[in-house]
Amino acid sequence: MAEPLLEVTDLSVDYLTEASSVRAVDQVNFTVQAGEFLGIVGESGCGKSTLLFGVSQLLSPPGEVAGGSVIFRGRDMVRMSGEELRGLRWRDYSIVMQSAMNALNPMKSIGAQFKDTLEAHGSLSTEEIQHRSAEVLGLVGIDPAHLGSYPHQLSGGMRQRAMIAMALLFTPQLVLMDEPTSALDVVAQRSLMSKIKELQESLGFAVIFVTHDMSVVSRYSDRVLVMYAGQIAEAAPTDDIFRHPLHPYTRGLMEAVPSVRGPRRELVGIPGSPPDLARPPTGCRFHPRCPEVMPVCPSHEPDLIAVGDAEVRCLLYVQQAKQAV
Amino acid sequence: MRYLTRRIGLFLITLWAALTVNFIIPRVMPGNEAVAVLGTLKNINPAALHALEIQFGVNVHQSVLSSYFEYLGNCLTGQFGVTAQGVPVMNEILSKLPWTLGLVGTTTVIAFVIGTVAGIASAWRRGGRLDAILPPTLFIVSTVPVFFVGLLLIYFFAVKLNWLPLGGNYSVGATPSFSLSFIWDVLKHALLPALSLIIVTAGLWVYSMRNNMITTIAEDYVKTARAKGLPNRRIMYDYAARNSILPNLTGFAMQLGYVLGGAIVIEYLFSYPGLGYLFYTASTNHDLPLMEGLFLFYTLAVLVCVLIADLLTAVLDPRTREA
Amino acid sequence: MATDAASSTAIAEAPEGADIEVRAEPRRFTRAVLHNRKAMTGAVILLVMVFVALFPGLIAPYDPQAIVGPPNASSSSAHLLGTTQLGQDVLSQLIWGTRLTLWVTLVVSLIATFISMIIGVTAAYIGGFTDRVLTVFTDVFLILPVLPLLILLSAYLKPGVTSLIIVLTITSWAFQARQLRSQGLSVRNRDFLVAARVRGERPLYIILVEIVPTMTSLLAASFLALAVFEVGFAASLQFLGLGNSSELMWGTMLYNAQQAAALESGNALWALAPGGAVALMGAGFALVNYAFDEIGNPALRPMRRRKRRGRASA
Repeated sequence: MAEPLLEVTDLSVDYLTEASSVRAVDQVNFTVQAGEFLGIVGESGCGKSTLLFGVSQLLSPPGEVAGGSVIFRGRDMVRMSGEELRGLRWRDYSIVMQSAMNALNPMKSIGAQFKDTLEAHGSLSTEEIQHRSAEVLGLVGIDPAHLGSYPHQLSGGMRQRAMIAMALLFTPQLVLMDEPTSALDVVAQRSLMSKIKELQESLGFAVIFVTHDMSVVSRYSDRVLVMYAGQIAEAAPTDDIFRHPLHPYTRGLMEAVPSVRGPRRELVGIPGSPPDLARPPTGCRFHPRCPEVMPVCPSHEPDLIAVGDAEVRCLLYVQQAKQAV
Repeated sequence: MRYLTRRIGLFLITLWAALTVNFIIPRVMPGNEAVAVLGTLKNINPAALHALEIQFGVNVHQSVLSSYFEYLGNCLTGQFGVTAQGVPVMNEILSKLPWTLGLVGTTTVIAFVIGTVAGIASAWRRGGRLDAILPPTLFIVSTVPVFFVGLLLIYFFAVKLNWLPLGGNYSVGATPSFSLSFIWDVLKHALLPALSLIIVTAGLWVYSMRNNMITTIAEDYVKTARAKGLPNRRIMYDYAARNSILPNLTGFAMQLGYVLGGAIVIEYLFSYPGLGYLFYTASTNHDLPLMEGLFLFYTLAVLVCVLIADLLTAVLDPRTREA
Repeated sequence: MATDAASSTAIAEAPEGADIEVRAEPRRFTRAVLHNRKAMTGAVILLVMVFVALFPGLIAPYDPQAIVGPPNASSSSAHLLGTTQLGQDVLSQLIWGTRLTLWVTLVVSLIATFISMIIGVTAAYIGGFTDRVLTVFTDVFLILPVLPLLILLSAYLKPGVTSLIIVLTITSWAFQARQLRSQGLSVRNRDFLVAARVRGERPLYIILVEIVPTMTSLLAASFLALAVFEVGFAASLQFLGLGNSSELMWGTMLYNAQQAAALESGNALWALAPGGAVALMGAGFALVNYAFDEIGNPALRPMRRRKRRGRASA
C-alpha cells in the first residue's frame, strides 16, 4: 500500500481546567491516503470536532494534545515548532469550519481575507493575488465581483462556498471539514456536497469530513470512522458500514435513519444519552446503552480489532477473532 | 445609513430628554427651592429673569405647556439664564471650561491608550499566575472610588513627601502666561488630579478591553486566521484587536459620563477651579440655574462623544453597511 | 430532522443565553463558589461587614459621638484610628457607620435591580412598540451622566438617607436593564412560556412567575454589579457635602474630615479610613461579582498551562 498522506497514532486530547482534566479524544488511530474522502461520524460531544482540531494543531486552550503523533507527509505535526507548522498551514492542509458567518472575519472583505492568506505564504504581485482569488471563487461558482463584499452581504450558501474557495487557495493535499453543511437547508446542502466532491475529484485532495449526519457521508465518502465517547467505535469502507454495520452503536445509528425508498419500518433510537467524558463508563464505553451487552463488557475495555476490511471496538468480535485464530 | 439615522435620532431624543429633565425637576421636587433662589437674584436684566421664571415655573401666569415650549426655545437660542450672582450661565461655564477640558481631555486619552494596550497584551498571553491575579486586581482598581485614590495620592505625595502641591491649578500669586515656569507650575498642580483619574479610568478600560479581547480571541474567525498560518502579529491586530475595539467604541464613549463624574469629585478634592469645582460651589450655594446649566453641559458633552463614536463606527465597521 | 440519525439520540442542545446564565443548581453552585478563591475572599469581606453592621456595640470600643480623647490625635493604642477634630474615636465611628452605609447600598441595589428587571423583561416579553419605547427610555438614562444628575437632584431634596436612596435609585436603575432585557429575549419563546400563554395567563403573571425565576442568577449578578458602584456613589455625594453630616455613614465621615482638613493638618486616618472602608466594601461586592462572571463564562477562567513540548506560542 502506498505511503499514507496522514497517519494518526494514539492521539489523545485533554481539556485542562483549574479543577480537572477531561479526555475528549482517547488514543485514536487512523490513516488517510492521498485523495481519499474520509467521513468521521458521531453524536454531538463525541469528540469528532476536537479530533479534527487536534489533528490540525488548532486546539485552543484549555484543550491540549496529550499524547500520540500526527504524521503528515512523513513529519510529526505534534512535535513541530510554531514556525514549522506555519509553513505547512494552508499550503499543505486547510480547514473549512462549520459556520462561515463565524469563521470569516466580519470586518474584512472576502478579497482581503484571501489576500492576507496569500501574502502570508509567499510574495505574489497584486495582479497574481487578484487573479488567484478570482480563480478560486470561480471554482465554487461565485462571481469574482464578490471579492469586495463583506461576509454579512453574502447568502449563507455563498458564504460557505467562499470558505471552501479560501481553503483551496494553495490547492492543498488535505482539506479538513467540520460539518460545513449543517448550517444549510437540505437543498443547499446537497448542492454544496456535490460541489465539494466534484472539486475533490478534479483537484485530487484528500478530505476528512466530520459530521453528525450519516446520510451526508454515505454518498460521497470512501471510508467512514464512527466515533463514540472520544474513541473510534468502528472504521470501515463506506459500503461495508452501511450494509454490514458491525458495532452495535453503528447498527443503532443505521436503524434510526428511515430509508426513503425501502419498506416502512419502526424507527428504533438508541436509549440513554452519551456519557460524561469526565467520568466515562468502565470497560466498554457503550455498554450502558448497548442492546447486545454481555456480562464481560463493563469490566473489559475492548481494543480496535480488524474484522475483514473494517476495524471495530467491540468485545462481540473478540470471541470471533479468537475463534478465527 | 439606517444605523446612522438611528444613532442621530437617539442623540436628539436624549438631548431633548435632558432639557425636559431640567424643566420637570423643579416642578416635581418638593419644597420651594426655585422660589427661594430666584428671590435672591440681584442685578440681572429682566429678560434673563423672565427666562429663569419660565424654566423654574416661578411667577408664571401661563400654562405649563406654553412655558415648556418657551423654555425649549430659549435653550435653542443659548439663553440659559444667569447664575445666582447674576453672571450669565454660559459665560461662567465657558470661563472654567478650559481647565477641565485640559485635565479630563488628556487623562482620558492617556487612560484609553494604556487601557487598550494593556488590555490587548494581557488577553493575548494567557495562562500562568498573572492570568489569575491580574484581572480581579484590575477589576478592583477600577471599582475603587476615585476620591480615595485622590486622598491617598495627596497624603503620600503632597502631605508626607511634599513633592507636589495640595491643590489649585497654579500657585497663589503666579500670573498666567505662556512662560515655561508657569506651564511647569500648571503641570505640577495638574499631576496628582490627573494621576487619580488615569488610575481609575485606565483600570476600567483595561478590564473591559481584556474581556472583549478574550471573547474575540475565542471566535471562530481567529481560529481560521491561525489555521491559515498568518503571523501572530497580524492575527493580534487585524483579527483580534480591531474586532474588539471597534464594536465597543460607543460603549467606551458612554463610560465618559462616569469619568466626568469622577472629575467633579477630583476637582473638589484638589480645589481645581474647573467645571467640576464650579458644580460643587453651585450646589453649596443652591445656585439652581447654574447647576441645571452645568448638568445640561455635561450631558451634551457625553452625547457629542457618543455621537462621534457612532460616526466612527458607521464609517469603520462594515457591518453597519446594508447587505 | 429525519435524516439526522446521530443527533436524534443526542442530548438537547444547550439553551440560548446559557452562556451568561449560571446553572440554577444551588448545590453545584455553592461548590463552585467555595472553590473559587475570589468569591470566598469577597464573601468573607461582606460577611464581616454584615456582622459589624448588625452588632456594632459588640466591637466598637467607644460611643461614636462621645468625646473620648484629645482632638486630632493620631493612631494610638487607645484610639487605633485616632480621633476626630472634636476628640471622638474614629474607629468607633467607622464601626457604627457600617450599618447605614451597608443599608443604603443594599436597599438601592435591590430597588434598582427590581425596577431594571421589570422594565427589561417587560420590554423583552411584550415586544413591539412598548419594547422600543422602553429601550429608548433606558438608553436615555444610560447616557445621562450619573454624578451630575445626582448633584442636581440632591439640591432639591432634604439631605439625608431617604433622599440619598431616592436619587441613587433614579440614576442607577438603567444600568442593568439591557442585560436583563436580552436574557428576557432569549427566554421568550421557550415552550413553558408558550404553554403559559396558551393557558391564558396574563402577561404580568407570566413575567413575574414564569420568567423571573429563570433569571435568578443574572439578577443576583446584577444586584452585585450595582452594589459595587453604589457604595462609591453614595460616599462621593456625601463627600461633596450633599449628605446629612449628622447621619453617621462613611461618606459623612469623609465630609467632616475634609472640612476639618484632616489629611493635611489633622489626623489623616480620619479621612483615609472611611475611604478605605468604602473601597473595601466595593471590592467585596466586586470579587463576588467577578467570580459570578467566571463561573458563568468559562472563557474568562484562569488557565492552567502544561509544559509545552518544545513548541513556540500558538
